[in-house]
Amino acid sequence: MVWKRHEYDDIPGTYVFDGKRANAGYALNRMAFSFNSEENRKEFAADMDAYCRKYGLTDEQREAVLNGDFLTLLHLGCNVYYLAKIAVFHGLNVQDAGAAFRGITADQFRQRLLDQSAGFEARLQQEGGYWHG
Amino acid sequence: MAKIIGGLTTSHIPAVGNAMANRLEQEPYWKRFFDGYEPVKQWLDEVKPDLAIIVYNDHGLNFFLDKVSTFALGCADRYQNADEGWGIPASADVPGDAQFSWHLAESLIRQEFDITTCQEMLVDHGFMVPMNLFWRQYEQWPVKAIPLAVNTVQHPLTSAARCYKLGKAIRNAVDSYPEDMKVVVIGTGGLSHQLQGERAGIIDVDFDLRCIDKIINEPQWMVELSNDYIMEKAGTEGIEVIMWMVMRGALADRVDVLHKHYHAPISNTGAGVLLLTDARS
Repeated sequence: MVWKRHEYDDIPGTYVFDGKRANAGYALNRMAFSFNSEENRKEFAADMDAYCRKYGLTDEQREAVLNGDFLTLLHLGCNVYYLAKIAVFHGLNVQDAGAAFRGITADQFRQRLLDQSAGFEARLQQEGGYWHG
Repeated sequence: MAKIIGGLTTSHIPAVGNAMANRLEQEPYWKRFFDGYEPVKQWLDEVKPDLAIIVYNDHGLNFFLDKVSTFALGCADRYQNADEGWGIPASADVPGDAQFSWHLAESLIRQEFDITTCQEMLVDHGFMVPMNLFWRQYEQWPVKAIPLAVNTVQHPLTSAARCYKLGKAIRNAVDSYPEDMKVVVIGTGGLSHQLQGERAGIIDVDFDLRCIDKIINEPQWMVELSNDYIMEKAGTEGIEVIMWMVMRGALADRVDVLHKHYHAPISNTGAGVLLLTDARS
């Protein structure tokens, strides 16, 4: 039994959410899906450890949830959209999680996004036909 | 007869939903992004489409990972937005058109797109953010909508090539509907962004602008791109751009560009807007 390798496995710093990860993270993502209901969010907030056990997370997964260790959650099969539903309990959003994945601050993360986009309006002028207000 | 009168594209970023809910449109960070939608809103106000087919991906509201459909079509008279667990206030229900949906389903399946039909379908920000971007200025939704959910979350995913063909099949289906209706097809998502991993935070303006140009003028270029290549360039979540190809397939081979808008960054993303129609000449 083997998980087949994919070309995308070679993209650095990237965890494409495929069968291998969906399989490993199933209970974890199922728990995160339950947070769509406010009642479940309250139950989780009241006793996170017990809630994780109820959903059958592995010890590693449970610890990563409790500690808000987002990169480990990815390693253990959490899908990033489901991770967003967990991050809320740590007062964080997907952008904060992105910063955590990179090991930088949220401000640094936002600055990176600005840096990569710098000069885009000049590029639009070159391309032509774009709306400029 | 029903007719496709235009194709639109937009990102469906949750932060945009929050910005609209909190009326931040005129804030410096948001102003240029939102202002770029005004010409499209004006066009929609003039042509008054009867129906919008909105191509989007669900992010864990209606669909969990227990059962994942590659293509799922709403076949209801009403669609409800609901709590996703983190934030945007729910929007008013959106009216659907079950008769049109079932016609679409019959036609698509006859054309070998074996879609899932959904008589109940909660719609998440992927659907609601575009609805709000284009029509929130109305007291009631002025258009009926049909959600078409494409799995871009759990791999294996479909491809740009397949999405393009689906667009063509949708065109055939719309053309064969007996009622006079004006239809727009809206491709949502993208452009470049990666939310996950140490590589989170990718914006590639060059790739985004090339995608926009090619989708307009040479969709075959996009048809030939592999998902691996798109993810490498545009990020794992940037793969959503394949949904723009459904819109493109639903239009004629040659198109007129009525509006083209790009802004970056919006939240983590390069955000593009298109309004295309079949070429007049």
